[in-house]
Amino acid sequence: MMSARTKFLEEAAKRVLITDGAFGTEIQNWKLSEADYAGDLGLSHDQKGNNDILALTKPEVPESIHRAYFEAGADIAETNTFSANRISQADYGAEHLVREINVESAKLARRLADEYEAKDAQNGISRPRFVAGAIGPTNKTLSLSPDVNDPGYREIDWDTLVDVYKEQAAALVEGGADFILIETVFDTLNAKAGIMAVRQLEADLGREVPIMLSMTLTDLSGRNLSGHTVEAFWYAVRHAKPVTIGLNCSFGATQLRPHVKTLSEIADTLIMIYPNAGLPNELGAYDEMPETTAGFVGEWAVAGQVNVLGGCCGSTPAHIAAIAQKVTGMAPRHIPDLKPETRLAGLEPFAVAAD
Amino acid sequence: MTQASSGTPSGARFVNIGERTNVTGSARFKKLIMAGDYPAAIEVARQQVDNGAQVIDVNMDEGLLDAVAAMTTYLKLIASEPDIARVPVMVDSSKWEVIEAGLKCVSGKPIVNSISMKEGEEPFLEHARKCMDYGAAVVVMAFDEKGQADTKERKIEICCRAYTLLTGIGFPPEDIIFDPNVFAVATGIEEHDRYGLDFIEAVAEIKARCPHVHFSGGLSNLSFSFRGNEPVRRAMHSVFLYHAIPAGLDMAIVNAGQLDVYDQIDPALREACEDVIMMRRPGVGEDGKTATERLIELAESFKGKDAVAEKAAEEWRGWDVVKRIEHALVRGIDAHVVEDTEEARAAIAARGGRPIEVIEGPLMGGMNVVGDLFGSGKMFLPQVVKSARVMKKAVAHLIPFIEAEKDAGTKSKGRIIMATVKGDVHDIGKNIVGVVLQCNGYEVIDLGVMVPWSKILEAAAEHDADIIGLSGLITPSLDEMVTVAEEMQRAGLTIPLLIGGATTSKVHTALRIDPAYEGPVVHVLDASRAVGVASQLLSDTQSVPFVEATAEEYEKVRIAREGKGQSELLPIADARANAFKPDFALKPAAPVEPGLHVFEEWDLADLAATFDWTPFFRAWELAGNYPAILNDDVVGESARSLYADAQAMLAKIIDEKWLTARGVCAFWPASREGDDVLLANGTRIPMLRQQVKKSRGPNGQGRANYCLADFIDTENDWLGGFAVGIHGIEPHLARFQAAHDDYSDILLKALADRFAEAFAERLHSHVRTRLWGYAPDEQFTNEALIREEYRGIRPAPGYPACPDHSLKPILFDLLKASDNAGIVLTESQAMLPTAAVSGFYFAHPESSYFGVARIGRDQLEDYAGRRGVDLATAERWLRPNLD
Repeated sequence: MMSARTKFLEEAAKRVLITDGAFGTEIQNWKLSEADYAGDLGLSHDQKGNNDILALTKPEVPESIHRAYFEAGADIAETNTFSANRISQADYGAEHLVREINVESAKLARRLADEYEAKDAQNGISRPRFVAGAIGPTNKTLSLSPDVNDPGYREIDWDTLVDVYKEQAAALVEGGADFILIETVFDTLNAKAGIMAVRQLEADLGREVPIMLSMTLTDLSGRNLSGHTVEAFWYAVRHAKPVTIGLNCSFGATQLRPHVKTLSEIADTLIMIYPNAGLPNELGAYDEMPETTAGFVGEWAVAGQVNVLGGCCGSTPAHIAAIAQKVTGMAPRHIPDLKPETRLAGLEPFAVAAD
Repeated sequence: MTQASSGTPSGARFVNIGERTNVTGSARFKKLIMAGDYPAAIEVARQQVDNGAQVIDVNMDEGLLDAVAAMTTYLKLIASEPDIARVPVMVDSSKWEVIEAGLKCVSGKPIVNSISMKEGEEPFLEHARKCMDYGAAVVVMAFDEKGQADTKERKIEICCRAYTLLTGIGFPPEDIIFDPNVFAVATGIEEHDRYGLDFIEAVAEIKARCPHVHFSGGLSNLSFSFRGNEPVRRAMHSVFLYHAIPAGLDMAIVNAGQLDVYDQIDPALREACEDVIMMRRPGVGEDGKTATERLIELAESFKGKDAVAEKAAEEWRGWDVVKRIEHALVRGIDAHVVEDTEEARAAIAARGGRPIEVIEGPLMGGMNVVGDLFGSGKMFLPQVVKSARVMKKAVAHLIPFIEAEKDAGTKSKGRIIMATVKGDVHDIGKNIVGVVLQCNGYEVIDLGVMVPWSKILEAAAEHDADIIGLSGLITPSLDEMVTVAEEMQRAGLTIPLLIGGATTSKVHTALRIDPAYEGPVVHVLDASRAVGVASQLLSDTQSVPFVEATAEEYEKVRIAREGKGQSELLPIADARANAFKPDFALKPAAPVEPGLHVFEEWDLADLAATFDWTPFFRAWELAGNYPAILNDDVVGESARSLYADAQAMLAKIIDEKWLTARGVCAFWPASREGDDVLLANGTRIPMLRQQVKKSRGPNGQGRANYCLADFIDTENDWLGGFAVGIHGIEPHLARFQAAHDDYSDILLKALADRFAEAFAERLHSHVRTRLWGYAPDEQFTNEALIREEYRGIRPAPGYPACPDHSLKPILFDLLKASDNAGIVLTESQAMLPTAAVSGFYFAHPESSYFGVARIGRDQLEDYAGRRGVDLATAERWLRPNLD
C-alpha cells in the first residue's frame, strides 16, 4: 500500500490542498454545560472548557464539526486533541485518560475521512482524505524561564516533555492518524522534543510516522516566543523531514504575508498555512468575513507560495468553504531544490556554503 | 578571520568559532565556571559574539567539574541572552553524555564537537544517528580504533571511511565537519616535522573525495613548542591558515584577535615559519641547522618584543596635533593616526573635555577639508577612501573612551542604514557610497551583503535611522528592493529610501519602488550624488521641496511610460517569422577537443597581462578610457596614483598567490528547435526573442528580430559554455576589514573582478584557437580583443541577449561548475565567489550581441512552458523585460 506521505505528496502535486478550521469556536456554538463535558467519567475537576474530552463524553460534537469541514471541502481533518497531553489534562484531573482521548479522537477523524473518501470513490472521484493527529505545545516551555530572577530555571525538562509527546503521538497513531502535526510551536525546543518523541515512536513501531510542523509567531518581525526567526526555525527543525512546514495562529493572513513568502522560498517541502480569521476585535471575537480571509490566503496561492491552506482561531466551515472555492483550479507551489549548504541556527539562521 | 560583518546571515565561506567559552582553552573562563560566577562567564560569550565569532564553542571538560550540570546551566543561561543566542552553539565535549545533555538545551541547530570511531563503528553510528534526531551538524575527529590519525594517509583513510559510513545511514554530507587533527610541529622530533603539511595536504585530498564536507581545526596545538612566545605563535597560526584555507579549511577554533596579518609578519620570521610548517627545507641545511633549529633560534629574538619598527619622523610630524590629524586625513596616511588621536584626546581630557570632542573637532575638521576637496573636484574617490581608512582607525581608537563615558550622544549629520539586498553579494559600489557618506559626517551602519528585509527594518528601528540605502547589482535584486519598500510601508516607516547599484535606474525606481512606499524614494545615480541627496533629505529647509520635486519627476516618468513612448511589439509568431537567418554553410566545424575542460589554476600573470583597465577606473568613478586616462588633465593624477597602487597589489597577488583562477568550459552537440537550443544529452535551453517591431532600413529591408537560438543550425551544430571564478579573496578581505582598510578592500575586489573578466577573455581565445579551434590562426592585440573583433560571442545569462538569470543553474549543471570551478549560485542566481563570469559560446561567424528588450505576454507564456516553470516564476525572472 502507498504510504501516507507518498499519497499526500501526489495529491499536493495536483492542487492546493485544504485543511480544516477552528474547533474551539464551533464547540462554543453548542452551548454545552459542565455536565455535557463531564459525562459519566466521574472526574473530580470541573471539565467545562476541556474540549478534547468530548471525544469520550459527547463525540457527536467533534463528529459534527469534522463533517462540517469535510462538507466545506477539507482534505485533512486535524484531530481535536490540541490539549490532550498529560500536562494540560492534569489541569482537569484527566491525565489518566490521555491515551483514550487521543485514540478515540483519531478513530473518529479516521472514520469520517474514510467515509468521505469512499463517498467520492462511489461517484468515480479519487480524492483521498487525511488525518493529522494534532499535538499542541503544552503550556510549558523548554527554552524560557517563568522566573525573571532565575533565567536558568525551567519548569520542565527535555526527557519529560519527550515522554509526554510520545504518549500522545503513540495514541494518535494507534487511533489511525496519518501524520503527527506538531502545531502552534511557540518554543522551537519544544518542537524539537516533539520530533524526538516521534523518532522514538518510529523506532518502536518499525515504520515511518510522517511529521507536519507549524510555527506560531509572537511578533510582527517574524519571531516566535523562543526568539527564532522563520528561517532559523526551519533550519532548527529541518531534520524532521516534515511533510509540511508552515505557520498557524497568532495573526491573520495580512500579518503573516511576508513570512509566508520567506518560508516558501527556503523550505524544500510542502507549505501549510492556517492563519486566524484576522485579528480579534476589542471584544476578543473574530469578525473577518470568509470571503475576506479567502481573498488574502488566495493571494499566496496565486503567488505560488502555498500547498495547503486552512484556518485557525475564528475560522468557520464557511471560511474553509470560501478558501476551498477560491483556490480551486490554482496550481500548487512548486517545491524548490536547495543547494547543499550547512544550515545552522541560533535565534538567527547561519549558513555555511558547501562546495 | 571573520569573513564579514554581522550583516551576513548566510553563505559564509570561513567560519570563525569563538574559543573563549572553553574551560580547556581559557584559564579565565575555567576560573569563572569553577567559582560558579555564571554572570561573568556569560559576558565572555557576549564579547565573543561582539568580536565577530559566528559560532561559539562551549566546553566544560574539567576533571573537578560536574560537566553535565555546568554545560546545561550555561546553555540555558545563554538561551535567555538574545545577543548571544542569535549565533549557533558548538557543543564541545569528549564525553557523549555531556554532549547529549547539551543537545537537550539548544533550541537552534548546533554543531556537536565531536564524535569519532575511537570506540569502533557501532558507537560512532549510534552517536551520529542521535545527532540526526536532535538536528545537529557534527565535527568528526580523525580518530579510529587504532588511535588518532597522525600521517596524511591515516587522516585520509579515517575521514573517507567515516564519510562512507555516515552517508550510508543518510547523514547529510554538508553537516559533516572533519577535524583531521592539528599537531605540534618544531618539537625537535623528526617524525613531527610533517604534521603541519600533512594536515593541509590531507584536507585538500579529503575535500576532493568527500563532496560537501567542511574542515575545522584547533590552531593552538600547532605552536605548542613556543609556549610563552606569543609573537612566534601568532605568526605560525597566520602562516598555517594562509596555506590551509585555500586547501579547504573553512572553520577554525581561534581567537581572531590573536592572528597577525600575513604580509605584515616580519619577513625573516615568516620565512622561518613557512619553512617549518610547509617543509620547504627538509633536513639539515648548509648552515648545519634544520628548519626547526633556525626557527627556535630566531624565536629568541622575538620574545617579549613588539615587531613593529619605528619609522623615521618626517617633517609634518613636528606640527601641532590638529594640523597633523588634518594632514593624515587629507593624505590618507594611517601610520600615526592612533597616537595622534590619543594625543588629542588626552589634551582635551586634560582641560575637562570629552572624547567625542576629538571627533567633532580635529577629525571632523579634517574630514570637512577632505569633503570640500572632493566636492570641488580636487580629490577623487580613491583618495577619499584612503582618508576614510584613517578616520575609521581614529574613531575605533576613541570608541572605548566614548562608551566608557556612557553618554554617547554624537552629533552626526544623520544615521544611514546601508545594505546589499538579500540574494545579492556585490558590495563595491555600496562600500564606496558608505565611505563617501562617512567622510561627510554621516554615521553609516553597514549591514553587509545578502541582507533580508527583516534585518534592515530591525536595524532601522534599533538605530533610529534617518535614511535607508539599498544596493544591488543583479536584476533579481530589483524585485527584492520592491519587497523592502513594501515592508517599510507595512512597518509604517516614513524615512527616505535611497536606491543605488548598477542595475537600478530612475525608471525602475519610479515605476516599481516609489509606488510601493509612501515615504520619499530616491534613485542615486552614483557615489558623488549620495551626499547631496542625503543632505537635502535631512535638511530642515530643503527637504520638503526636494522630496516634492523628486516625486513629481517620478510621476512624470510614470506618465511618460504609460502607453506612450513604448515601441510596438509584434506577436511572437510574427517576430519568429522575422528571425535572423545566418548562412549555415559557414557554421563552425566540430570542436577539435570536445567534452569538458577543467582549469584548476590559470596563471595569474597571464591574466594580468590582458586586463581591460577602463572598467576598473569606472568602478572608482574616474571617467575616461585607459591608457589615456593616466594623462587626463582633470583626473590624471588621481588615476596614476590609483593605477600605481593597483599595480603594487597586483604584484603581491601574483607573487604570493593570493588568488586562484579556476575555470571550466565544455562543448556539446546541439541543434535548434524553435527558439530553443537542444543539446544531444536532452538538455533544453530556451532562449528569448526580440519582439519590438523593427523599423525598415533605407532599402526597405527590415532588421531581424534576433534570438540566440538563431545562431544554431537545426541539425549537426555545437554550443559551448564556460564558468570562471577567482577564489581565495576572503582571508585578505578579512584582514583589510580588521585593519579598517576600506581602500585596500575595494581595490582588491575591483582587481578580482578584472581577473575574472580577463580570465573569461583569455579562455575564450583559448577556445577559439585551440579547444574548439575554429580560428586557429587568429592574432589580436589586447585592444582588439577588448573591442571584441574576434569571431563568436559568449553571452551570459542575466545579460541583454539572454536576460533570464535562472538559466544559470542549467549551465552550471552542464559544466558541473560547483565541482569543477568552485562557483555556486545564490537564490537570486548571483555567483559566488563574487568575481566570476559565466556564459554560452556561440561560434557562428554571423553571431552577434543584441538586447532582447521588452517582450510580450504571449512570449512570456510560451517561454514559461518551454522552460518548464509556472507563469509567476517566469514573470519574476523576466520582470525587467516585461511592461
